[in-house]
Order: sequence, then structure tokens, then C-alpha cells
Amino acid sequence: MKILVTAKRVPDPEQKVKLKGNELDQSATNWQLNQFDEYAVETALRLTENASAGNARDGEVVVVSIGPKDVQQQLRSTLAMGADKAILVAGEDAELDAEIVARTIQKLAERDKPDLILMGKLAADSESNDAGQRLAGYLGWPQATFAGTIEVVDGGKALLVGREVDAGIETKKVTLPAVVTVDLRIVAPHAIKNGKTAKDHAYAEGPRYASLKGIMAAKKKPIEDTTLQALGVTAQKRIKTTTLEAPPARKAGIKVQSVEELVQKLHSEAKVI
Amino acid sequence: MLTAENYGYSGIVQLPQDIELLRTQTRRLVDRDLRPRTLEIERERKIPEELVATLRELGYFGITIPERYGGLGLSTLAHAVLQEELGRAHAAFNMLISGNNGIGVMGLVLAGSEEQKERWLPRLASGEWIAAFALTEPNAGSDAQAIEARAVRDGDRFILNGTKHYISRGDIADLVTVFAVTDPATRARGGITAFVVERGTPGFRVARIQDSMGSDVIKQAELVFEDCPVPAGNVVGEIGQGFATAMRILDLGRLSLAARCLGTMEELLSVSVAHAKNRVQFKKPIAEQPAIQHMLADTATDIAMLRPALYTAASRRDAGETVTQDAAMLKLYASEALGRAADRAVQIHGGMGFMRDCVVEGIYREARMMRIVEGTSEIQRMLIARGVLEGQR
Ligand SMILES: Cc1cc2nc3c(=O)[nH]c(=O)nc-3n(C[C@H](O)[C@H](O)[C@H](O)COP(=O)(O)OP(=O)(O)OC[C@H]3O[C@@H](n4cnc5c(N)ncnc54)[C@H](O)[C@@H]3O)c2cc1C
Repeated sequence: MKILVTAKRVPDPEQKVKLKGNELDQSATNWQLNQFDEYAVETALRLTENASAGNARDGEVVVVSIGPKDVQQQLRSTLAMGADKAILVAGEDAELDAEIVARTIQKLAERDKPDLILMGKLAADSESNDAGQRLAGYLGWPQATFAGTIEVVDGGKALLVGREVDAGIETKKVTLPAVVTVDLRIVAPHAIKNGKTAKDHAYAEGPRYASLKGIMAAKKKPIEDTTLQALGVTAQKRIKTTTLEAPPARKAGIKVQSVEELVQKLHSEAKVI
Repeated sequence: MLTAENYGYSGIVQLPQDIELLRTQTRRLVDRDLRPRTLEIERERKIPEELVATLRELGYFGITIPERYGGLGLSTLAHAVLQEELGRAHAAFNMLISGNNGIGVMGLVLAGSEEQKERWLPRLASGEWIAAFALTEPNAGSDAQAIEARAVRDGDRFILNGTKHYISRGDIADLVTVFAVTDPATRARGGITAFVVERGTPGFRVARIQDSMGSDVIKQAELVFEDCPVPAGNVVGEIGQGFATAMRILDLGRLSLAARCLGTMEELLSVSVAHAKNRVQFKKPIAEQPAIQHMLADTATDIAMLRPALYTAASRRDAGETVTQDAAMLKLYASEALGRAADRAVQIHGGMGFMRDCVVEGIYREARMMRIVEGTSEIQRMLIARGVLEGQR
């Protein structure tokens, strides 16, 4: 199976962001891979290996990011985890929106013909949660969003995807090629069944660590540099940022003496009950 | 990315991308799996088995062993960065792997024969075996040339007699690099030889574990050799050249210790900053008190001065230069700066810093050994002064 995984770098969610005018102050930002994208990489690796036979690889995992040159660092970390190849499409965050991202991945998919496109369910910076849906629409491929489990079925021709929906788990069968976006539980020990790894194999919770060997090997793996132009992307940005401001500082809390006082304050001052 | 917030002023030294990747990946491991276990490790006096297994799987026992023998063969700079990051977790992690990446195996790596390397290094690189280094004796500490352990040739073997003490990992080591006198007339000048002794060799025993003021997760032990037959094939390097080998091993070890101290100082600073911002006395966080701020500033400054100096010395060693003088200075400065940082961290935490359920309490005790091991501060100053008087810098 050939899998294309999308990966975006986002500001460290633990870090307090600094703003410069209407933009993020990039020089003061710690970047890291969007968590859901890291999970998508882990998912792709689990789908293309036999963990019961020394992680023997069976398939290809290509990770693509659209971003500035520095994103190489995050791409290398996915190569260190075990991905085979990376593609870096030059672009600045300020020039991108979900529309351009979806159109770019569409062009790449048409060019490279993966069997599956895996994406994080959303990026932790803008939290738009729409690139995957748009992409599936443009490609005319089936989609399964918020995947918490994936099982390869029909001799590798389809996936059974357990989706995390409000009411519980919805199970959906998608034939390949397809677009799947992943949710938190996809990295649980038994979330993925690929038909090769023993069904009862328990992975460690969470995305894998890169081994030191993997990190050194990542240096030699290819990163293809390309541009929106070279891929023939003509889409225009549809979303404009008018203002960007930090949330207001939280006011200091107060201490109450009793439950009665709490209820009274919630009612008369906070006006929430 | 390197930012002032996470790495002091390390932006001065831009590391190669692969080393930066080693750092971020190790940092992730430390933050997610190792650091949260510090107090548990301190309490149980044991590294959880699954974490030892993780370190094995990821290759942390074979950082410096050449690739040909199953290791990673990473540079001194890369090794320093990894130790710095691990230094933010419980000291036991660095102590556990330091024999296999440093003093326990460096004799074999630097002076061993091809046959010896093929025989022992792969098992050490994978972490299946643990290595120790045994030089110190009851009557020979700073004056290591004064060792009394004797090895007498007997056909194709040597008969070893003597006592080593304070040997880190001595109780768990599968392989020990032992130094003994083969010619009492020449001693350090051709009369001391290095041997590999495997656990289970008749006449070799762990006499006792030596309880310490540290966490004793990784322990020191007294090792006794009584008519212990060691095959001549276990001589590391040339017969009589053991003292020179020991000094080369310790040279490398000093950079390692400096890196470990640096990482621990970063941890002390980070927990101290968090505490200072949180702890309210006189109606405001103690972080607003100049007295507390000055302590934080001093530790931050030590970190910022140390890091580029360490990276520079490590890079120069990788470029083939001799860094004996720098290594001594770095070990001296880092171990003393760590002592100051640990003392300040306890002070910033107040009574809490004195209590067992506070991480700085354990770090404070463990840090004390850094000014003693692998050459005391006094010995480092002696070495540095010797170099200075001979005209180096
Ligand atoms: C936690 C720990 C782990 C250790 N691990 C190992 C190990 O794995 N392998 C190993 O071989 N050894 C190990 N050691 C031993 C360590 O290397 C020695 O303790 C150290 O070299 C000092 O020797 P000593 O203890 O005999 O002190 P001494 O040499 O007796 O020193 C006592 C004091 O005298 C000072 N002094 C001595 N000579 C001079 C001088 N010429 N000028 C000025 N001052 C001087 C010293 O600096 C010190 O302050 C370990 C020790 C500790 C505490």
C-alpha cells in the first residue's frame, strides 16, 4: 500500500504565542509537528509494517508538507520515525488556506497515485478541520473523517474505519483510494489491524519514538522540493485574516466560603446559572 | 527551534540538523516518558524495566560504539547533546548507559583488537550487557598510579589479585575494564595493564554494595579479585600501556560529565522558575522578589556560558584536536556550577526543597558526586594549572 500523509508544523501549543502586528512572531515561536499529523504518520507506519515480524516494511509512506524551508526539520522527524520519503512544497502560512492546501494535495495525489491519503483531523493552529473533506471532494474519493480505528479488509482493497462521532463510534467501509483523517484514539495499542501484524499485537500507546538509528538514517532519505507552481496549483486564497489578537488575560479568581455563596455568585455575578 | 526560553543562549552555536533532530527526539522521550517518573525512581530505587527496554530499543546503549560493531558511532558533539537532554531526567538514566557509551567500553573502542571488538562490542551496543570501569582502590583514588591490584602472567593467562571500590554499576556489570599492575618497577610508565574481566570469572566477586548519599538507583560496589584467571586475550591494548589508556578514557568521560551537569542545571532552572512563579508569599509570586530573581539569573548565566563552551570543545575533539585541557576545565566548571545551581534550587523551593517528594532534593544529593568522580575538582585544577604553566593558553 502506498500512503500519502500530510503534515503541518504548528506553534508549540504549550508555549505562549507572541504576536507581531497581525501575525505570529515567527522568531519567538517553537514549532512542532501538528499532533494529529504525527498520529497520521504513526497510522501510516502501522498500516505498512508487520509488527509481529520485526516491523518488516510492506508499502511506502510519503509525507508531504506545505511550508517554509525550516519545515525540513519536522519532515526529517517523520523520516526518522520510519517514513520513506518526504515532499516539501514551498509556501508561507500567510499565503495558504484549506482551499490551497486541498488543491495542492489533489495535484500530488493525481501525480503520485497513492492508495490512501492520511491526514490529521485538524491542525492545532487554525483548527479549521476542512482540508481533508475538501480534498476528498475534489478527488472524488470516499472519505472517512475522525478515524479512531482502521482495519484493512477485502484483501487490501478497502478499509473499515471506526469514526469518532458525537453519539459514539460509526463504522464505515471505504474502498481505496480514499481519504482518511485521524483522531486521538488511532494511536491506541489495538487501533489498527492491517492483516499482516498479528491481530492481538499491542502497540505502545502513542506515536513511536524515532530510534537513534532511525534519526541518523533520516539524514539520507530523500526530501523532494517542489512548488505550488510546479505542481500546477492555480487556486486562490479565499480566507483573509483581518485581525489576530491574543485572548484577554484571565482575571484573577475569587475564593468563596460556602457552596451557597458559590451558587449565588454563579447566578448573580457570573450569570451562568 | 532553538529559543531563549528552552535553551538559554545556545543560539550562539547552531547545531547541524541531524544533531538538532537527535536533541528534539530525545527531549520528547525525556519529557514524555522519563521525567514524569523521577520521584518514583527515587522512591523505588529502580529504573522501571520497560524504560530500560525502551532505551535499549532506541539505541541509547550504543551511542559511541562504532557502527561496525552494532552501535551508532555518533560524534562527541552528538553524544554530549544526548547526555545533556537525558540529564534533565533522573541521573540514573545517564549513569546506566554511561558505562556502555563511555568509561566501561572506551578501552575496547580506543585500544582493543579487532577480535575483542567483534566479541564484546555488539552485546554492549545493544544494551544486552552492561559495562563498568574499575580503576579506583582503597589506597589509590586521586593518585591512580598507586593502584595495588596485581596481574601476574601464568602461561596464556594472567592471575589477578586486588580490590577495587566505588565502582559504578560494579554489581550489575557483565564486563569490567580492570586496571592492574603488571610491572611494579615501572608502574604508570609501562607497568599498568588494562584487562577485560567478565562477570562469572572464577575468583571475581562483588564483595559489597556501597550505600551512598545519592539515589543508589545505579550503585557503587566493591569488587574483589582473588587468584582470578584472566585469559591473555583479554588484555586491552598493549601490556603495560593501561595507564595511558585509562587517562584517554577519562579525558572523554570529562566532557560527558560536563554535558550531564548541564542538562541537570537546565532541569533545576526549569523547576525553579515554575515554582517561583507559582509560590505566593507576601501576596505576590516569589518570582517578583529580586533575591529570587538573582538566583535564577545566576543559574541561567552558568548554563548559557557552559553550553557553547561544551559544544565547541566537543566539536574540536570531533575534528581531531586534543581537548584535554578544555575537558578538565569543563568538568571542573560544570560540576561546580551544578553544585551552586542545586543549592539555589533548594533555596528557591524553601522547606519543600528539603523534602523527599521534591525533585530538587534528590538532584541536590546526587549532584554532589560530580565534583568527586573521574577526578576531583582539585585534580582538575592541578591538571589545568599544569597546562597553563606549560604555556597552553
Ligand atoms: C559516586 C561515585 C562513583 C564512582 N565511580 C567510579 C568508577 O566507576 N570507577 C572507578 O574506578 N572509580 C569510581 N569512583 C571513584 C572516584 O574516581 C574517586 O572517588 C575519586 O577519583 C577520588 O578518589 P578518592 O575517593 O580516593 O579521594 P582521595 O584521592 O583520597 O581525595 C581526598 C581529597 O584529597 C584531595 N586530593 C588528593 N590528592 C590531591 C592533590 N594532589 N592535590 C590536592 N588535593 C588532593 C582530593 O581532591 C579530595 O578532596 C567513584 C566515586 C564515586 C563517589
